[in-house]
Amino acid sequence: MIISIASGKGGTGKTTIAVNLALSVQHSVYIDCDVEEPNGHILLKPVISSQQYITKKLPKINSERCTFCGKCSELCEFNAIIVLKSDVMIFYDLCHGCGVCSYFCPEHAIQEIERSFGEIRKGYIESESVDFVDGTLNVGEMHGAQLIKQVRKEALPDRINIIDAPPGTSCSMVAAVKDTDYCILVTESTPFGLNDLKLAVHVVRLLGVHFGVIINKYDDNYPALDNYCLSEQIPILLKIPFDRKIAEYYSQGMPLVYVMPQLKESFRQLFEQIQSVVQKKEMILGK
Amino acid sequence: MENERTKKQLVILSGKGGTGKTTLAAAFSRLADNSVITDCDVDAADLFILLKPEIKEEMQFYGGKKAAINKDVCTQCGLCEQVCRFDAIKEFAIDDILCEGCGFCFRVCPANAIEFNKVIAGNYYDCRITNGAEFLYAILLPGEGNSGKLVTELKKKASDYFVQNKKEWFIVDGPPGIGCPVNASLSGADSVVLITEPTLSGLHDLKRIIKLIQSFKIQVSVVINKYDLNEEIAAEIETFLKVEYISLIGKISFDEKVVFALQQEKSILDIPESKAAKEIITIWKSL
Repeated sequence: MIISIASGKGGTGKTTIAVNLALSVQHSVYIDCDVEEPNGHILLKPVISSQQYITKKLPKINSERCTFCGKCSELCEFNAIIVLKSDVMIFYDLCHGCGVCSYFCPEHAIQEIERSFGEIRKGYIESESVDFVDGTLNVGEMHGAQLIKQVRKEALPDRINIIDAPPGTSCSMVAAVKDTDYCILVTESTPFGLNDLKLAVHVVRLLGVHFGVIINKYDDNYPALDNYCLSEQIPILLKIPFDRKIAEYYSQGMPLVYVMPQLKESFRQLFEQIQSVVQKKEMILGK
Repeated sequence: MENERTKKQLVILSGKGGTGKTTLAAAFSRLADNSVITDCDVDAADLFILLKPEIKEEMQFYGGKKAAINKDVCTQCGLCEQVCRFDAIKEFAIDDILCEGCGFCFRVCPANAIEFNKVIAGNYYDCRITNGAEFLYAILLPGEGNSGKLVTELKKKASDYFVQNKKEWFIVDGPPGIGCPVNASLSGADSVVLITEPTLSGLHDLKRIIKLIQSFKIQVSVVINKYDLNEEIAAEIETFLKVEYISLIGKISFDEKVVFALQQEKSILDIPESKAAKEIITIWKSL
């Protein structure tokens, strides 16, 4: 089973929820897909057992063969190649590594080279039976979604995989949430939280992923969020009250379930609730 | 000459989400005279909630192209699936969400069964706010890629306006992370203000975004928000900034009035007696 934890707005508590859920469920795998700013390792402090550079194919011009005909530049949809009179400039920032230029070069003058754009680390949390995976995009690289797709391949089929997604609603968030069994959308009791929740709900519905909401930093002075969920028939899975203490624990990189062990039970119940939804869905689909 | 120097493009970024970019941007929008304001967080645009703009013009944004297979013409040879590097083609159908718009399938198809057309990826809005400032923001359609491209287009519009109308300030509320929309929002910046929080995650992400900005050689300064949440880590951030010769231009207290103002869809400056409002005004003066 794969559960993704996402949110439209950043800083609502995705990592807090993902980490604590992973620590509350037996034999889970925590997978950090927030590759631009992965933070799960700060809280989980895993022992890293392997580290692998992830590469993608990028074009390289063989200047002896190139006739500067300009075909590659014409075909590149990402404006990543400019052909001058006697030179070719490739903007690797813009290149998606699609392979069009090398395939269609009439002179076979474009080779593809593997270039690292991020890394995947694997490890485990010693005191708990939790496995750990995270992806880190190299600073200066643009295409996080491509790395996220690679990170997701590390999910273990027989285990409870918990994906910590990047914020937002664009291609990176989609890459992390698509085809997961359930998505928890984390939000907070502010108009920003509500607005970005609506955007995120739009995406998960488009993806056809079952989902529910956790309201973090819950404040009953802001009922608009509850009302929205009610009117849209979105289940509110958990409310975590606004508490400065919780923010302080987070600041020190301390998972909540270590200092507030009673929360483990709430997270376990949360998991059971999700599990029953997923099982029901599978029964209907006849899996 | 004197006048030239005071004209400034200021970009607000954070690396980590939810540290207070939009709160700061909304306050700066109020404090800056004769300005252009842009919200570049196109996947979760929230600044409009506080600025309550009057929309003058709505425009559509065409991102890239997307491929689609015409089933009546397709001979099911499977070549398109073989060449696609984004796993976007399965069983002779294209997954819109995975398609990155490179056109490989369209060009390679021997039966000419693939269409390849531009698609709308979002909308952008040219507005005016109550203090007379120009405000531009955009909303990416849920799940779309091309957020970087949208940011570039939005910034170009804002920048043209900034230059033509001889505005003094160009304030950019940036997206979280370090990926493609962040890079796009940095183009043409005179100065970056980073807003961080005293948490281990905040510090970790701050280091990554500073590394990115330094590669652009743009002047950078830092604000620590909610600094008293963990004074030890706040001190650690200060030491790090000293070592890197980066100026700390202010600290904002953990002030529950910030959330209170937000819940009323107001700027913190609407509570002028609050600690946070006073601190933000001091920060603005230092710019």
